[in-house]
Parts: sequence; structure tokens; C-alpha cells
Amino acid sequence: MKPLLELRHIRIELPTRRGTLLAVDDVSFTIGEGEVLGVVGESGAGKSITAAAIIGLLEPPLRLAGGEILLDGARIDNLPPDAFRRIRGKQIGAIFQDPLTSLNPLYTIGRQLVETIRTHLPLGDKAATARAVELLQEVGIPGAAERFNAYPHQFSGGMRQRVVIALALAANPRLIVADEPTTALDVSTQAQIIALLKRLCRDHGTAVMLVTHDMGVIAETADRVAVMYAGRVAEIGPVRQVVKHPQHPYTVGLMGSIPSIGDTLERLPQIDGAMPRLGSIPPGCAFNPRCPKVMERCRVDRPDLLKAHATEAACWLHASISPGEAARG
Amino acid sequence: MAVDVRAGVVRRAWDTDLAYSFRNSPVAVISAIVTLVLILGSLFAPWVAPHNPFDLSTISLIDAFDPPQWIEGGSPDFPLGTDEQGRDVLSAILFGGRISLGVGLFSTIFAVVLGVTAGLIAGWRGGVIDAFIMRVADVQLSFPAILVALLIDGIVRSTLPHDEQDQIAMLVLVGSIGLSGWVQFARLVRGSTLVERNKEYVQAARVIGVHPIRIVVTHVLPNVLTPVLVVATIYFAFAIITEATLSFLGVGVPPTEPSLGTLIRVGNGYLFSGEWWITVFPAVTLAALVLSVNLLGDWVRDALNPRLQ
Amino acid sequence: MLAFILRRIFQAAVVLVAVASIAGLLFPYVGDPIGCLLGQDARPDQIRELRGALGLDRPFYVQFWHFLSNAVQGEFGLSLRQGAKVSRLIGERLPATLELSFVAAILALGAGIPMGVYAALRRGSFLSQLFMTLSLLGVSLPVFLIGILLILVFSVTLGWFPSFGRGQTVDLGWWTSGLLTRDGWHHIVLPALTLAIFQLTLILRLVRSEMLEVLRTDYIKFARARGLTNRAVHFGHALKNTLVPVITITGVQVGSIIAFAVITETVFQWPGMGLMFIQAVSYADIPVMSAYLVLVALFFVIISLVVDLLYYLVDPRLRMQRGGGGHGR
Repeated sequence: MKPLLELRHIRIELPTRRGTLLAVDDVSFTIGEGEVLGVVGESGAGKSITAAAIIGLLEPPLRLAGGEILLDGARIDNLPPDAFRRIRGKQIGAIFQDPLTSLNPLYTIGRQLVETIRTHLPLGDKAATARAVELLQEVGIPGAAERFNAYPHQFSGGMRQRVVIALALAANPRLIVADEPTTALDVSTQAQIIALLKRLCRDHGTAVMLVTHDMGVIAETADRVAVMYAGRVAEIGPVRQVVKHPQHPYTVGLMGSIPSIGDTLERLPQIDGAMPRLGSIPPGCAFNPRCPKVMERCRVDRPDLLKAHATEAACWLHASISPGEAARG
Repeated sequence: MAVDVRAGVVRRAWDTDLAYSFRNSPVAVISAIVTLVLILGSLFAPWVAPHNPFDLSTISLIDAFDPPQWIEGGSPDFPLGTDEQGRDVLSAILFGGRISLGVGLFSTIFAVVLGVTAGLIAGWRGGVIDAFIMRVADVQLSFPAILVALLIDGIVRSTLPHDEQDQIAMLVLVGSIGLSGWVQFARLVRGSTLVERNKEYVQAARVIGVHPIRIVVTHVLPNVLTPVLVVATIYFAFAIITEATLSFLGVGVPPTEPSLGTLIRVGNGYLFSGEWWITVFPAVTLAALVLSVNLLGDWVRDALNPRLQ
Repeated sequence: MLAFILRRIFQAAVVLVAVASIAGLLFPYVGDPIGCLLGQDARPDQIRELRGALGLDRPFYVQFWHFLSNAVQGEFGLSLRQGAKVSRLIGERLPATLELSFVAAILALGAGIPMGVYAALRRGSFLSQLFMTLSLLGVSLPVFLIGILLILVFSVTLGWFPSFGRGQTVDLGWWTSGLLTRDGWHHIVLPALTLAIFQLTLILRLVRSEMLEVLRTDYIKFARARGLTNRAVHFGHALKNTLVPVITITGVQVGSIIAFAVITETVFQWPGMGLMFIQAVSYADIPVMSAYLVLVALFFVIISLVVDLLYYLVDPRLRMQRGGGGHGR
């Protein structure tokens, strides 16, 4: 698959009074045309910050300190602000966590849609309005034409997230960065929104970077999955492989803590300890203090992503499998 | 051992976020210094001031309207010149600053005590008492505090015979400024009290029969002290302004014991005849005092507000 | 909508009656106007006669009722000091105060809002830091000090503007205006500036902090993620949301201009109601004091009514509270 988006060795820093912290440390991955990449991890693992960097909206004092972001093989991370703005919405759409606060309460949803469409597409007011109504129908807003002039507070949370999706798709972008799109919704709505997102992106051929901490959502939606831990990618691979045959001890623990129907366990297994805070990431593998299979090397050397069966895992356990790969660096 | 402990405390205080933010804010440091100098100068006015402006035997009309010492005709006896009665402007400022600071301080204390009490009662008791107190607060808040103070001051003064007015003018002033400012403290404290009242440990204390006053004092009060302190700092500057304004309008302290506002009022009459120093120096002092207290208040608020960090 | 307005008008009437009652209660208890009018060595029969003429010998509730019923008709009796009808005195003084307040309010709003927006958008630029420093002076300095400073610079030193009175006025029968002559404008510059500076700086700081707050919200982030231009984000989305809280506080501030006029009028010997009030306070002229009080309350009530209506127009959430269909939440 030809990569639509490519991240190369992204480093994101957070300067503080007590020194500079690394919120994202050497993260690389690709997303292919029309592909759905799930990104999972605990809060603070750096997934949302990575997403913000891709749409060029890192909030200061966070800053991109190293690495490259390429869209269609061309760098976008060093574009001037206005050029990057033209990419946002047009090439890369975004969906945020909380639909209740993502919409401007003082404008009708119609106005917000038309405004977005006309910013990116050479359409007149009439054509833009027609397209806006079409989009609202497509995301499943009943009575789209009448609701066009309604204000955000007149919609429920789920309906608002549908409007947000319509806004993200307004200019037919090639990639959508969805940051925890369902976390703020109730469970039954979550499934609907995920199904909608999946269907729309398949229909439009839009690639998705789906950031979430919900492994279940990833399992049923994503093509590939990247597991993040303490600002690094711990494991990345096809979703089926990662779920069924996780190779990184952290992923193993993560999968083990998902209950499935038919389980007769008294208690879900859990990973002891907590993810280290940014200021206190241990040397070597960030997971080593909690790892059940920790080795001497893990406390000293930091593993890169290594080929591990069908996935890639940043774990020394897999160094023996393909020593040649490990040397590649 | 004791010294070690104290050194430890100092070092810890030095190392707190608050101290760090203080050291790294030149504005805070400078305004702290200015405030301190003005407070100390006023506090020790009888010893620091070159003259006693209230001692009639030392002032003489021959010295009237002397310009500051660096201007021709000025004398080193009167560094900032003299006023229309031959009083030393610098000394008048130091003594006047005493009155301004004193009125400011006591009316702030009055407003805090009044407001905190009202807020605690309203928040704790709720119901009719709460509704009544907050309704009064709302109505009062819709009027600017200066107007309220002016009104209270005017009413009290007009109920008193003329000869008694001067004697209790200071009390009236403190009372009216304090009464015009209790509202902000009451609202602040009421809000926090409502939050605290519903917390589980307070509920628990009530269930086991701890006396309400004890609960309020030991559990609720400490939680509201920090915001009250911040507001009080800013209110202190406001109280000084209000006193100066009332004195400038001629309804504040009596002219026999002039505050900075009175000095400015008196000097204002000589602005056009060229004796600018009589009004400008007290004005600059007042401005510097109010500005630095305000800046300190701003800094404390920002430093204690975790959201801005 | 109608119910809302009616409710607000009813509340306004309650406040007015409350203030009028307080003012009326002052009547019998406060002050010794006879002593002020006749001096210390008046004969008892003179005192009795004057008391009768002023109606001060009647029982308190009669006086109170008299005051209330007259106040409703805009009559506040005779000024104890000047012997003239209070309503006529106010009629003479009102235009001066209203013109001063009006010019000051326009100045404060017209300069304060753009300066606040600028200071928020160009945070850290030289000009916005200059604004913030100057505004700190503006909020810190007492109004009378600003007036004296302006007089010192522009009247005494430069001799550009007069510092005393209203200048030449035009009598329109029911209104004397200083805004129709060059001389009148010349005279209003310094007092209006003095009165405006405090409000201006307050509005500047308020607009700035509200704007910064709004710029941090999710819907602004989402508007950026949609690729809208900075112009659309700042002036289309952020500014309108900033204005919602600003309207409320500005309303209160505009009201307080009337009150601060007391100080400005004293500094500049501006022949308005504030100067009249200060004189009334020092002579215990209760009818004038009560009339002023009721009038100021009336202004506050009118302004807060206008503010509520503006609020209503800007914020659809209020407009829709009743009758708005759809999925309410």
C-alpha cells in the first residue's frame, strides 16, 4: 500500500520549569490510502498529541522538536501556517473527543457547514448549502433540510457528533484524524457513530487515524493498530495479529485485560503498576519496571521496533528472532 | 538543631512554586519593594519625616509655597517644597500616607470580617437567610462601591451635629468603605461554603453531632482563606482609592489630619498658579502605592491560580 | 420573549420601588435641614413655621407616602438648600451628565473592544504589552487623579483644552446641549476622557481575557481544524463568543459611568447631577439626594434591561429556551 501519511521519527517536547520533557519520543508509522489505523494507549501515552501534530495544531508550549510528517511524500510539518491551514479540512479532516463543545454555540450548524465548504471548495452559497444538506443526510440527521438552521444546543450528543463528522468530511479530505470520537458518548451511541464513521470512510475512500483507548473499537474498525506507551510505539501491526497474537509484553497485558463473552475468570488479569509520568521515564525500555519478562538489557538499551512474527514490537525478546533486523536501527 | 529546622523552613519556602514565581517576576519584586518602602515610611513617619506638619510651632507662613529643593528658590530644608501654610510636603505625604494606609487597612479588615461572616452564614444556613443576604448583596453590587460609600458617609454625617463630625470622621470612613465592600467577600465565601457543606467529611461531622460553629471554623473557613486573601489584597488597594476619592470630594477625613486624598484636594487649587508640587507629589505617592498593591494582588492571584501555570 | 421582557420589567419596578423606599425613609430621620437653612440662632417660631412649610411636622408615614406618590410622578419636592423644585434642578443638570456619560461610553467601548481584541490576538507584541501596562495604570489610578493629571498636562502645561465647565451651550427648550458648538466639544474632551479611561481599561482587560479564554475552547480548535482562515476564526467565531460575557459586564460598567460622573464633575466643575449630588451631600439636602438616588437606580435598571435584551439577541441558547423544538439536552 502506498503511504498517504508518513511519520518519521517524530519527537514532541514539553518545556517546563524543571527541564524539557519528551511527550512523544521517536514515533514513526504510516497510513495507507483508505486505510484505518487505530492508535491505542493509556491516557498520557502521547496518542492525542501525535494526532494534534499531524493536523498542525499542537498547543504551545508543546512543540515538534524533530522528525518529519509527510503527506503524499511531501513534507507538511515545515509549511508556513497559512499553507498548513489549507491542508486542514481539505486534505486532513479532524474529529475531536467532545461533540458537545466542538461546535460554536452561537451559529447554526448550517452556517458552520457552509463556511467550511466554501473555505475549501469553489462553490457559491447555493451550491454549498445544497452540499451541506446532502452531508447532513449522509451522516443520518433526520429532516436534514429543516435542521439546517438549528443551533448546536438543539441536538443530542450523538447527533452533534454526526454533525461534527459531516464537518470533517465537508471538503472530502483524504485522511481523517479522529481523536477519541466516542469517549464522551453513551455506549449505544458509540457503536452507531463508529459504524457511521467506518461506512462513510469506506464509501469515500478516506483513510482514518482512530485514536482511542478502547481496544474493542479498534478491533472491529481498524485495519492496522499501533500500541503506544509512554510516548513511544510499543507495537504496530495488522489488527487481527495484534489482538490474537500480541508480541510486546505490554500489548499482551492490554489484551489480557479485555473481557470476552465466555470468560470464566474470577478476575481480569491486570498489569501491575502504572505508566510512568513524563518526567520519570526509566532508561532502556519504558515498560521495563512493569514487564513480567524483563531482562538485563531492557534496563539499559532502548529497543527499536523489531520484526516479531506478523507484527513489529519494540521489545528485546524479539532480537533473537531476527538479529539482522535489530542491527538495522 | 533549632537553627537547622528554621533554615530548612526557609529553604523550603524559598523553593516553593510561589517563591519561584516571585523571584522570576521583576514586577512582583519591584512592587513589593515600593509597597514596603511606603508602608515603612508611613509607619515610622514621626521618626523619618524631616518635620512634623501638625506641630504649629514649627511651621511658618514665611516658608509657604517653597518649590522643591532642586528648583531655584527651593531649600534643602524642604526637599519636596512646601504648601500654602509652609508645611513640608514630604512630611505631609509621610503622615498622610499613614492615614491613607490606616483607613485602607481597617476598612479592608472590616469588609473581610463582615463579608466572611455573612457568606458563612448564608452558605451554611441556606433558606430564607441565604436568600435575604444574597438579595441585599445583589442590589448593592449593582451600584458602584464608591457611590455606596459616598451615600453611607453622607447620611451618617448629616445625622450628626457638626462639631462631632470631625472626631468620628475616621470611623465613619472606615465603616462606609467596609460596608460598601463586604459583598464580594460574602459571595466568594458563600460559594465555597456551599461546596464544602456537601462534602462527605462535613456531612459526617454533622452526623456525629459536632457543633456547627466548630465545623465551620475548622473545616470550611480554612478552605476559603486563600481566595479571600487574594481578593483582600486587591480590595486593600481599592479601599485606599476610595478613601482618597472621598477625601478629595471633601467628605472624607477632616483637613486637620490630611490623608493623601486631602493633600491632593488642597493642592489642586494651586495647580494653575504654578505651585504644582503641592498636588503632584502626593498624587504620585498615591499612584505608586495603589499601583504596586494592585500589581502584588495580580501576581498573587496568578501565582495561586493553577490554571494559568 | 414577551414574558421574558415583562418579567424583567417587573423586576426592574421592584428594584426601583425598593430604592425609592430607602430614599424616602431617609427623609424624616436624616439631617437637620432647618439648622442648615436658618443657621444656629433661629427663633423657635421661625423653625416651627419652616417645618410646617416643608411638611416636616407631619407624621412619618404621611411624609413617606407623599414622597412615594410624588416620586412616581417625577416630583421630589423642594430642594432644602436652594428652595427650587428638585425636578427643575434635575432638568437643568441632567443633560450635562447624560452628554458627558454618553461621550465617555462611546469612547470606552469604541477604543476598549478593538484594543482588547488586539491584545489577545497579538499577545506578547510590543503594542499589546504597552496596552496592558497602560491599562494597569488606568484601573489602578483613582478617577480624580486621572482628571488632575490630564488637567496638568493638557490645560496647565500645553493649554490645549479648558478644564472648567461646559463651555457654550445651545438651549433647545427642554435640553441644553454642549455638543452643538465647537466650544462645547472643546470643553467635553478632558472630562469625557477622564471618565472613559477607567471603563476603557476595564473593557480592554475584560475583552482580552475573555478572548484568550474563548481561543482555548474546543470549538475554536475545531474551527481551526476545519481549515478556516485566521480571520474567520478570530472575528467570526471567537469575537462573537467573547461578546456574550463582555456585554453583561460592560452593561454594569456603562451604568457605573453615571456614578463615576460624580467624581469627574467635581474635578472639572461640570454642571451636572453629580456635582449637584456632592453639594447636596455636604448640605444634607435630602430631597436632592433622594431624587439623585432614584434617578441613578432608574438608569441602572434601564441599562440592565437593555443588556438582557442584547444578550437575548446574541445567544441563541437563551432565545430557544422555550418553544425551540428538537432534541433538547
